[in-house]
Order: sequence, then structure tokens, then C-alpha cells
Amino acid sequence: MPILVNGSAVALPNDPRVSLLDLLREGLHLSGTKKGCNQGACGACTVLVDGERILSCLALAVQYEGRSVTTIEGLSDGDGLHPLQQAFIDHDGFQCGYCTPGQICSAIGMAAEAKRGVPSHVSADLSTDVRLTREELQERMSGNLCRCGAHNGIIDAIRDTVAAELAA
Amino acid sequence: MTPFSYARANNAAEALQLGRGGAANYLGGGTNLVDLMRETIAKPDRLVDVTGLSDAITDTADDGLLIGAAVRNTALAEHPAVRTRYPMLSRAILAGASAQIRNMATVGGNLLQRTRCTYFYDTDGSRCNKRVPGSGCDAVGGFTRIHAVLGASPACVATHPSDMCVALAALDAVVHVEGAGGARTLSFGDLHRLPGDRPELDTVLEVGELITAIELPPLPFAASSTYRKVRDRASYAFALISVAAAIDVVDGEIRDVRLALGGVAHKPWRATTAEALLRGRPATEAAFRDAAIAELADARPLRDNGFKIELAKRTIVAVLGDLSGATA
Ligand SMILES: Cc1cc2nc3c(=O)[nH]c(=O)nc-3n(C[C@H](O)[C@H](O)[C@H](O)COP(=O)(O)OP(=O)(O)OC[C@H]3O[C@@H](n4cnc5c(N)ncnc54)[C@H](O)[C@@H]3O)c2cc1C
Ligand code: SF4
Ligand code: FES
Ligand code: FES
Repeated sequence: MPILVNGSAVALPNDPRVSLLDLLREGLHLSGTKKGCNQGACGACTVLVDGERILSCLALAVQYEGRSVTTIEGLSDGDGLHPLQQAFIDHDGFQCGYCTPGQICSAIGMAAEAKRGVPSHVSADLSTDVRLTREELQERMSGNLCRCGAHNGIIDAIRDTVAAELAA
Repeated sequence: MTPFSYARANNAAEALQLGRGGAANYLGGGTNLVDLMRETIAKPDRLVDVTGLSDAITDTADDGLLIGAAVRNTALAEHPAVRTRYPMLSRAILAGASAQIRNMATVGGNLLQRTRCTYFYDTDGSRCNKRVPGSGCDAVGGFTRIHAVLGASPACVATHPSDMCVALAALDAVVHVEGAGGARTLSFGDLHRLPGDRPELDTVLEVGELITAIELPPLPFAASSTYRKVRDRASYAFALISVAAAIDVVDGEIRDVRLALGGVAHKPWRATTAEALLRGRPATEAAFRDAAIAELADARPLRDNGFKIELAKRTIVAVLGDLSGATA
């Protein structure tokens, strides 16, 4: 069984050492997904697998047989930008842009988690529905570092779009 | 990474079959093992993917919970029964790593993650008894801010990095394992080892033994339990000190208490000395302080981590105070 990447079937690599990140970048030339640390510490390689955010640098591609991977290249449904991509521009959510694809994929996964009711480390009450305060967004997005320090614009962009429904 | 073959197991029997012989390793989410393989600290010739094992969370006959080894960390933290009956476990998981990593990480892998001692990771420049048995330990005499203050040995002063495991220690979890010799259960406190003169062994598991599930016994008073983690930044950092606690106070007297510490030792540290002192005592700050002092009485600081001893005491007092509503 192949892997689905942005809707297209892709053959599994022959060498099980190939990470999902290297498959995307080197094998498929989808260079939007970035390699920052290659050890799980920065979030630049974040992609969505069946809608869940994961780190493609720590994922062996062979483990994802039959799963559906969405990268930054697969977010827009045509020539236009995904609303969150536009919001990053409107809110100055980046400078160099290196962390941006990971931030955007991560935020989309984060919004789905919040909608499902997944609590966070800063949730005062584990039994109630999630309200995405600024503090909640900061905690939930803490797995994505931005060395340019654009975090405030990133949080603003997320609040205006994918988190708007649950904003508090 | 050294070359290896890959095979997927759909259940425990298949995993044991595929894992037999050679230098096979089980693979969960890969968040620790893939990194260690890239650093050539782990060199398996075969990976047996065990994410196809049970990912179910079910009630046991006695109102506890049975948690399959392949349950992802996020799924465990968000489960309604864990949030309401064992909140310290939800909180411990949510305090660890990042959301992306928690989505990948499995229960089995979290238990068996290896230390974050920087010398253990420094394959080129440092001696490490855990990585290369008998080679020496460059942490001793080195930079030891994150290292152990309890139960260490001259051979190794590393700490166990898991948050989740601290809550499992406090909750008296039972570990279900299967190996060539059949199935057995271990009490959580017996799974991880102190380093002694064999620091290369993190746990008492035999080669090829597979974790199949974790069982939480019923503990009604854990419904108001918690986990507090003290670290160098507010998120996405390993613990300097952490405390998992539950306390049952009736008419101002401590009927029962569970207490475990993270970041202090080679294994999640169940604070049995403090627990014994607290049972039957009034729930006051003075009692919490006495118990904390007694628990840390044998603590030994290294060059850079003496602060952990007072920090652990204060965190114990603060957490027990918050849970019991005690005032000075
Ligand atoms: C940047 C970063 C930050 C982190 N921060 C934290 C933190 O703050 N707190 C924290 O607690 N953790 C933290 N972690 C560690 C993380 O929790 C672990 O990597 C994760 O829990 C491991 O689970 P896994 O399923 O990915 O294990 P894997 O990497 O797949 O496996 C780990 C080990 O377990 C073995 N194994 C897996 N499943 C089984 C089984 N069923 N039976 C027997 N053996 C098995 C493997 O052979 C391997 O030896 C962090 C990790 C990273 C990369
Ligand atoms: S403390 Fe343990 S893990 Fe760290 S260098 Fe020494 S022997 Fe290795
Ligand atoms: S490149 Fe994957 S987390 Fe940094
Ligand atoms: S925009 Fe440069 S790292 Fe975030």
C-alpha cells in the first residue's frame, strides 16, 4: 500500500531508514516542510497525518503506509491561499519564513484537537470544554519555535482564523 | 543510522515472534528510538513496529483502567476516565514534550524512553557507562544541573526523563509484559532500576520482552490529584523537579496519600518515606514540610544540582497544600 501525500499515492521508500521528512523533501521535492533540528526539538517539520499534527523528522516513512499526509503544499484548494496563510501575512506572522509551514500545519492540527476537547497543560479545569485564550494558544503552539521571534503575530493569525470559533 | 529491516506486528504474539533473536528493537512512535538510532546510540538490525498492538482504554472489573501499550500519549491524556478519575496522569502527560510528540508517542515507548543526560548523547566527546558499559561517566565532575540527587551511584547519575511515569508510580500502576517465558505483571515501582554498577540497564525487562498494557488500580481519592512540573522554561522542556500527588483528607486528618517525584533519580521516585509519615497526621503545612524533609534526607547534591533538594521539598509542600486546602 502506498502513502497518500496531498491526495497523490506515493510508493514507500525501499530503505526503512528514510524519514517521512526526507521522503517529502528529497523524494518528492516538496520542500515546503522544513528540516530545522532533525531531532524533535523545533517543530519546523510538522505535517498532518489523517488530520493529526506530527513531526516528520522523527517519523520513519515506512510506518505511515496507507495514511494520508498533508503538507503546506496541500493546504490551499486552488491558486488562492489557505485563510491561515493569508492571516500570517496580515499579522506579520513570520520574518525569514523557515518555521512558517510547520507553524501553519501545527495550528490546523491544534484547532482540531481543541474542537475535540483535548485539554492542555494550562487548562485550569480538565472537565470543561476548551476555550482558546491567548495563554492556551501559546501553550498549544509551544512545540513550534520561531527563531525570528514572530510568535505574537503567529498567535494573532491563529486567533483570527482556525481558533476563532473557540476563542475566549 | 546503521541499516535495519522493518516489520509490522498486528498483535503481541506476532511482535514476540518477529522480535526473537538478533538485535531487534520494538518501535512505538519512534520519537525516542529514531533519534537514538540517528545518533548511533541504538543500533538495532531489525525494527518491529508495535503500534498495531492494542490501543484500547477499557474499564477493569474492579473499576480501574486497562490501557493498551499502543495508546498514544494524547489519547490517554484526553480520555474522559483519565481526566476525571486520574487527573494527575492527564496533567503529567500534558506537561511533557509537545503536542506533536504526544500525538506520536505510545504508552510503551514513553515507559522505556532513555535518559536525556547530555553526556549519554555526546557519542563523540564523552564517556558514558550507560552507552558503553565500563567506559566511565563524564557527568560526574561535569555539568550536572539536570542530574540525580537520590539513588545515584558512582557509575551513573542520570535521571529518568518521563513525566507520565511519575504519575504511574504514584498510582501504583501494574505493567503487563510478555516474553519468551510467557506473560507476567510487574508493579510499576519494580519496572525501572536504580543504576548501581549496571547503569546500561534502565529496567528489569528481559531482552525481547514486550510491554502489552498498563493497568491502573482503582483509587477514588485520585479524582482530586495533580502533577506539578518545575522546569527552565514554561513549556517544551524536561522537568528539573516534578511532583505527582493525591491526598485523602477526612476531618482535617490525612487518611491516605500518594506522592512521587520526577527529575530526582534514575527512576520515577515513589516517596514512600513521606507517605508513611503523613498517614494519620493532620493535613498541615508543618506535616507536609516534615515529610518532605524526611523524603529528601538521603539526597546528595552534585556540583550543579543542589538546588533540586530544596526545590523538591518546596514543591511537595506547595502541591499537598493546594490539594488539601491546608493553611499554615
Ligand atoms: C524534543 C523532545 C522533548 C521531549 N520532552 C519530554 C518531556 O518533557 N517529558 C517527557 O516525559 N517526555 C518527553 N519527551 C520524550 C517522549 O515522551 C518520548 O520520546 C516518547 O514517550 C517515546 O514514545 P514512543 O512511542 O515514540 O517510543 P519509541 O521511540 O518508539 O520507543 C522508545 C523505546 O521503547 C521501546 N518500546 C516501544 N514500545 C514498546 C513496547 N510495547 N514494549 C517494549 N518496548 C517498547 C523501544 O524499543 C524503544 O527502546 C520528549 C521528546 C523529544 C523528542
Ligand atoms: S550520568 Fe549515566 S547516562 Fe550520564 S554520562 Fe554518566 S553514565 Fe552516562
Ligand atoms: S526538524 Fe523536526 S522538530 Fe525540528
Ligand atoms: S519566521 Fe524565521 S524562524 Fe519563524
